[in-house]
Amino acid sequence: MHIQIDEISKQFGTTAALTPVSLSIPSGALVALLGPSGSGKTTLLRILGGLEFPSSGRVRFDGQDATNLTVQQRRAGFVFQSYALFRHMTVFDNIAYGLTARPRASRPQKAEIARRVTKLLELIQLPDIGGRFPSQLSGGQRQRVALARALAIEPRMLLLDEPFGALDAKVRKELRQGLRDIHDETGLTTIFVTHDQDEAMELADLVVVMSMGRIEQIGKPADIRARPATAFVREFIGA
Amino acid sequence: MSDIAPIRFRSATEETPLARWALIGIAFAGLAVLVFAPLIAVFAEALVQGAWAAVKSLGNRDALSAIKLTLIITAIAVPLNAAFGIAAAWFITKFDFRGKAFLITLIDLPFSVSPVVAGLCIVLMFGSNSLLGGWLVAQGYHIVFALPGIVLATMFVTFPFVARELIPVMIEQGRAEEEAALTLGASGWRTFWTVTIPNIRWALLYGVLLCNARAMGEFGAVAVVSGKIRGQTATMPITIEMLYNEYLSVAAFSMAAVLALLALVTLLLKTLLEIRHADQLSAQRRH
Ligand SMILES: Nc1ncnc2c1ncn2[C@@H]1O[C@H](COP(=O)(O)OP(=O)(O)OP(=O)(O)O)[C@@H](O)[C@H]1O
Ligand SMILES: [Mg+2]
Repeated sequence: MHIQIDEISKQFGTTAALTPVSLSIPSGALVALLGPSGSGKTTLLRILGGLEFPSSGRVRFDGQDATNLTVQQRRAGFVFQSYALFRHMTVFDNIAYGLTARPRASRPQKAEIARRVTKLLELIQLPDIGGRFPSQLSGGQRQRVALARALAIEPRMLLLDEPFGALDAKVRKELRQGLRDIHDETGLTTIFVTHDQDEAMELADLVVVMSMGRIEQIGKPADIRARPATAFVREFIGA
Repeated sequence: MSDIAPIRFRSATEETPLARWALIGIAFAGLAVLVFAPLIAVFAEALVQGAWAAVKSLGNRDALSAIKLTLIITAIAVPLNAAFGIAAAWFITKFDFRGKAFLITLIDLPFSVSPVVAGLCIVLMFGSNSLLGGWLVAQGYHIVFALPGIVLATMFVTFPFVARELIPVMIEQGRAEEEAALTLGASGWRTFWTVTIPNIRWALLYGVLLCNARAMGEFGAVAVVSGKIRGQTATMPITIEMLYNEYLSVAAFSMAAVLALLALVTLLLKTLLEIRHADQLSAQRRH
């Protein structure tokens, strides 16, 4: 799905989290929002997911105005920074949640739900953990379960807030490849937030560098490396 | 060769066996004197003239009316306070607004105000001499010296229990899981029942049990608003006091024993639930 962000701004009281930003994300792209802490990455992602509403500007999905769509109507697969798995449910029930929450008319049969959850567990290469609780998983496993849960609703896009933030370097590398594979397999437009420039450069088709609520540069990783548009980008990439 | 004494390791926070037994002993002695002894005394007093006298004293019309009234009041006040408590805790923890600290203080107010004062406030507001009370009486609604007043007084006194239990738990859990449910397509209502409530259920249960125990036992505020009409507005605690003042010791202590038993049943229920769900409980706590 093609995502278009038109002059979106966001005020929290007197702080401007986003000064008007515009961005066009082609269908099927894997995009990194890269920037230092407080630059507005999470805010932009939450606005796309419908968890936050912009103070001004419009969001378009495939050319259609989506600014006023509710969070449920957006059908965005959202992976939270701390994963936000439902702690009182098993991994199976976590992944099945989006399917069982559907209105009765469009809700799949129990057997069909079980089949899809099993398939997703295989996709994240954790076929045997359906019966466990989130507290019984490692950080990397939790992250993959969160991804499977988001994929279960057959989302129109994937939004991930620092998906690898809380993990050690080795696991990060593995999961990076895992995300790339899942993106290539599903073809979903995917946006992930990171403040790790290696991660952004290595994984993304398109990198959006942000600072202080503004977009500093949009480009392919190689272009940003070769031709930083502003002093900020040069310094941030150089670091 | 001499015997080699077995080496014993003790962790840094562990006390010597002597100190440990001494501490456990003190704790039990304290419990025995402050909790068990009075409890046993109540039952002993009730049974002084035999079980039959105790049962008979509970069988008369006024005693039965008191028990029924207390159960009715609890059945109204506790669910309402649970609902208000959930709403208040939810509102306070999930939204940012001005005057939040003030609202939290307000929730604690019933703890710091004497129940008698609370009862007087209700009489002042709803008594037939007040504007509101006078109008209500003219319409045929009696608040003071009637069931609604007693329920109001009980609710005021027990209001903080549920909210107080829930607020820290809900602050700790944050909004992330609820937001996750919403992004997965669940409605706000469904999110509330499948994510919010299950996450707070133990704190809620605990708050409700405390609220319940206090609602059954409330004396001061109810004494003021009820008018202590025997067989009509006298609750169990009120009846116990009246019987005791009339030197009807067996009757007074029999009813006290029933009140104590009701409290013990609630405690037992809580313990049973905890044992039954122990695995799940510990699994969630480690999260
Ligand atoms: N709910 C909120 N209320 C008030 N201010 C907020 C809120 N959310 C974000 N902000 C402010 O908006 C700005 C951008 O925050 P945002 O969370 O989008 O940054 P970020 O780029 O995701 O940072 P990080 O890398 O630390 O997660 C910050 O100055 C932050 O303090
Ligand atoms: Mg962030």
